[in-house]
Amino acid sequence: MTDVVVPETSKTDWTSDQEPRWCPGCGDYSILTAIQLMMPEMGLRREDTVFISGIGCAARFPYYMNTYGMHSIHGRSPAIATGLALARPDLNIFVVGGDGDMLSIGGNHLIHVLRRNVNLTILLFNNQIYGLTKGQYSPTSEIGKVTKSTPLGSLDEPFNPVSLALGAEASFVARTHDMDRQHMQEMIRQAHDHDGSALVEVFQNCNVFNDGAFGAITKKAHRAEMLIDLQAGQPVRFGPDLNKGVVLDPSGCATIVDVTPENEASVIVHDPSHPDPSLSFALSRLSSGPYEPTPVGVFRSVRRPDYAGEVSRQLANAQDTKGPGDLGKLLNSRPTWTV
Amino acid sequence: MTDTASAKTEVRQLDSVIVRFAGDSGDGMQLTGDRFSNASALFGNDLATLPEFPAEIRAPQGTLAGVSAFQLQVASHDITTPGDAPNVLVAMNPAALKKEVHRLEPGGTIIVNEDSFEERNLSKAGYAESPLDDHSLDAYQLFRVPMTTITKEVCKDLGVKPRDAERSKNFFALGLVSWLYHRPSDTTLDWIQTKFSRLPNVAAANTAAYKAGHAFGETAELFHVSYEVRPAQLPPGTYTNIDGNTALSWGLVAAGQLAKVPVFLGSYPITPASDILHELSKHKNFGVRTFQAEDEIAAVGSALGAAYGGNLAVTTTSGPGVALKGETIGLAVSLELPLLVIDIQRGGPSTGLPTKTEASDLMMAMYGRHGEAPLPIVAAYSAAQCFEAAIEAARIALKYRTPVILLSDGYLANGTEPWVLPDVDSLPDISVPFATDTNGVDDDGEPVFYPYLRDPVTLARPWAIPGTSGLMHRVGGIEKEDVTGNISYDPGNHQLMTDLRQAKIAGIADDIPATMTAGDIDDADLLVLGWGSTWGSITAGMKRARAEGHKVAHAHLTHLNPFPADLGDVLLRYPKVIVPEMNMGQLSKLVRAEYLVDAASVTKVMGQPYTAGEIYTAIVDALTGEEGGNR
Repeated sequence: MTDVVVPETSKTDWTSDQEPRWCPGCGDYSILTAIQLMMPEMGLRREDTVFISGIGCAARFPYYMNTYGMHSIHGRSPAIATGLALARPDLNIFVVGGDGDMLSIGGNHLIHVLRRNVNLTILLFNNQIYGLTKGQYSPTSEIGKVTKSTPLGSLDEPFNPVSLALGAEASFVARTHDMDRQHMQEMIRQAHDHDGSALVEVFQNCNVFNDGAFGAITKKAHRAEMLIDLQAGQPVRFGPDLNKGVVLDPSGCATIVDVTPENEASVIVHDPSHPDPSLSFALSRLSSGPYEPTPVGVFRSVRRPDYAGEVSRQLANAQDTKGPGDLGKLLNSRPTWTV
Repeated sequence: MTDTASAKTEVRQLDSVIVRFAGDSGDGMQLTGDRFSNASALFGNDLATLPEFPAEIRAPQGTLAGVSAFQLQVASHDITTPGDAPNVLVAMNPAALKKEVHRLEPGGTIIVNEDSFEERNLSKAGYAESPLDDHSLDAYQLFRVPMTTITKEVCKDLGVKPRDAERSKNFFALGLVSWLYHRPSDTTLDWIQTKFSRLPNVAAANTAAYKAGHAFGETAELFHVSYEVRPAQLPPGTYTNIDGNTALSWGLVAAGQLAKVPVFLGSYPITPASDILHELSKHKNFGVRTFQAEDEIAAVGSALGAAYGGNLAVTTTSGPGVALKGETIGLAVSLELPLLVIDIQRGGPSTGLPTKTEASDLMMAMYGRHGEAPLPIVAAYSAAQCFEAAIEAARIALKYRTPVILLSDGYLANGTEPWVLPDVDSLPDISVPFATDTNGVDDDGEPVFYPYLRDPVTLARPWAIPGTSGLMHRVGGIEKEDVTGNISYDPGNHQLMTDLRQAKIAGIADDIPATMTAGDIDDADLLVLGWGSTWGSITAGMKRARAEGHKVAHAHLTHLNPFPADLGDVLLRYPKVIVPEMNMGQLSKLVRAEYLVDAASVTKVMGQPYTAGEIYTAIVDALTGEEGGNR
């Protein structure tokens, strides 16, 4: 905040002196590297940047960034970050957590932070498993998941985090995965540039307790067939020769079709800035798990007033209309008498 | 006898009077009591009030469950309680009479709204026969006043609908009682005009009803005596009549000004704490940010986030909320950040008695977290003193970088008393500096910032807020290495950090006032030890005992953790110690454990504060050998 020009930094400047303690081969490493590499290009100051996390493997993230940071309580990071964002609208605040942290114990805070549109960049590392507690099923695990706590298979319908966020009135929702650094960086950059809450779901491999959960869609050889790359203003098409496309069927559901000259015009053109999230929601329903073609990219990006900005505006208005607070006046604001 | 408005009426001087207004939840009894209090305050009386209302917004009309009452004592001298047995009961319906009459002093005055004593209401209250006619009230002075009829009559020509007119009957009652006790009318009539300026019909009806009630007293020849309570000889100053929650809110606003940092309140609505959220949300021009969170956990979480960002962070709640906030308060202990947790206690466990008072969260405040998580506890002792308590709690939180629990209760929250306004310039400076520079060198001789390098005197760690260049650091709930704050699972380090956190809180004993004492300090046969809102009842009960020649002293704790440094000496100075509490003996257990003193517990958990009489009896019993027990 002292000088006008943000000093140039390198990845090293953004790397703390603490050695990461994730398992070798964990997807978290590639996300950490992607972020440490992109930070110098974002035009941010380290001292104005804060990483807030809850509990879980992903939540160790702040310790490895040479910024301000808080490793807080399981599930509560969106709430803590909300208070910090309201108190300090000048900061760049990132919230990092896993699927258990943000969708299970912290599900309530996540939906409320999204609807309020607090200016936070929320990175949801989804590995569909509890890692730190050694392998129980999570709220994104597929039905029938056999884990230590579900020896006969899990019975719970999983959350689709993108659908959940869209339903919670999120103004920015994107999805990416840990095998594509460039795409990750692009999604995180757009999320950070967005005014208000921005949720990025990152498919992240837990190579110890749920190895290969996303392999069917994120392995290089499968990507063209299995990842639907959403691009604003472009028809939603994928496949090696873009031979597949997404159309709305007569009942209004998004459906994958082979693109033909006859149906080409009916392929959906993606518009993340559309005020109505219905089409984005329909796209999020294309896949119910990482075993069928799954959209990645920005699902939704609309402008809504940032919550902290609105809170500050009310304060400024109050000072304009009532004048700055005067304690003596306040104490005498009720009927008084003198002895 | 002095001159009076009505020549037929005798005027008697009283030192004090206790009035209890009671009616259905929809009858406006809280408003009536509040107005009577304010008129008395502006007249110059000392006073204390006790609003009592059900948790339901509108319990079934006319039932015992729906009775709402407001008791107050006004006096020509210094008083500390809303009084024991009322001298006058105003009962707006049969249920109110049935529920409240047992409180009245023998021979006391009952004023009833006669119109409401019809079959339906009598049966709802469980009366087979009207108590107005069956001589069951012969021991009292009963005045039957057709309040509804007269109110409707005087509103007839005002263009007010009959239903709206009927709703003004509480102002009739207020007018009548104001006449009976020579309360000035201007205060109330002015208030009606201001309050209902946008509803001229309502203002007109209320004004007419008040005047009719006043005139009724003067002309109906029912009342042969009226009473005067002269202004009290209070210390000089400018006074206002204030309730605990407003005083506490203003204390928080003041604390922000005195600390020179913005106030942030994260809160979730809960009785009886919500009024603090309401009040603070009005003071945005002081830079106060209020945030109504999605739940109690988010409320305290947001406050902790704001504390990390450099605000004076506050969360307000009641017992159930404190239970939910426990994990975050533990994190605040570990992060060593300033945080005010304000608990307006109510009856528990669980939902308990949401609108009734109790002081049973002391042990939760002390120990209600996992692990060794000591924190300072401050307790307010009167409605007006909540202002000072809030500033004191903030001072400790900021100076020692620690969460502080401030305990108030439902009685203090809603009760009012005259408050001599402090001189703003005399309030303490409680500001603390943020860290701005590195505070050490690493192995290579490079300057570094150690977030857990402590102040040698206070043991507080530096408060380095985001935005400060060169001081980037990470904090978290995992145990931290001494000085560096890095994650550490080292056995010796955990012992050291636990010891340091404990020592930091214990050391605050040297930075708080000595135990507050009163009464026969030098030669008492008995010490009454209290904390929190029992102060008023103990003061009044002890006064009664001393007037009879008993030698009694009173020690009152404003700080529950750590205890004042001299508390052990105070306790051991007297042959006997009793500890009256609105719980099952929590403070008595703490002092017995800490000082090996035979402090006898006196307990009451009835949703109501102690009366002075109950404390008096406890004192006399203790002095005659019958210590302890339930009141």
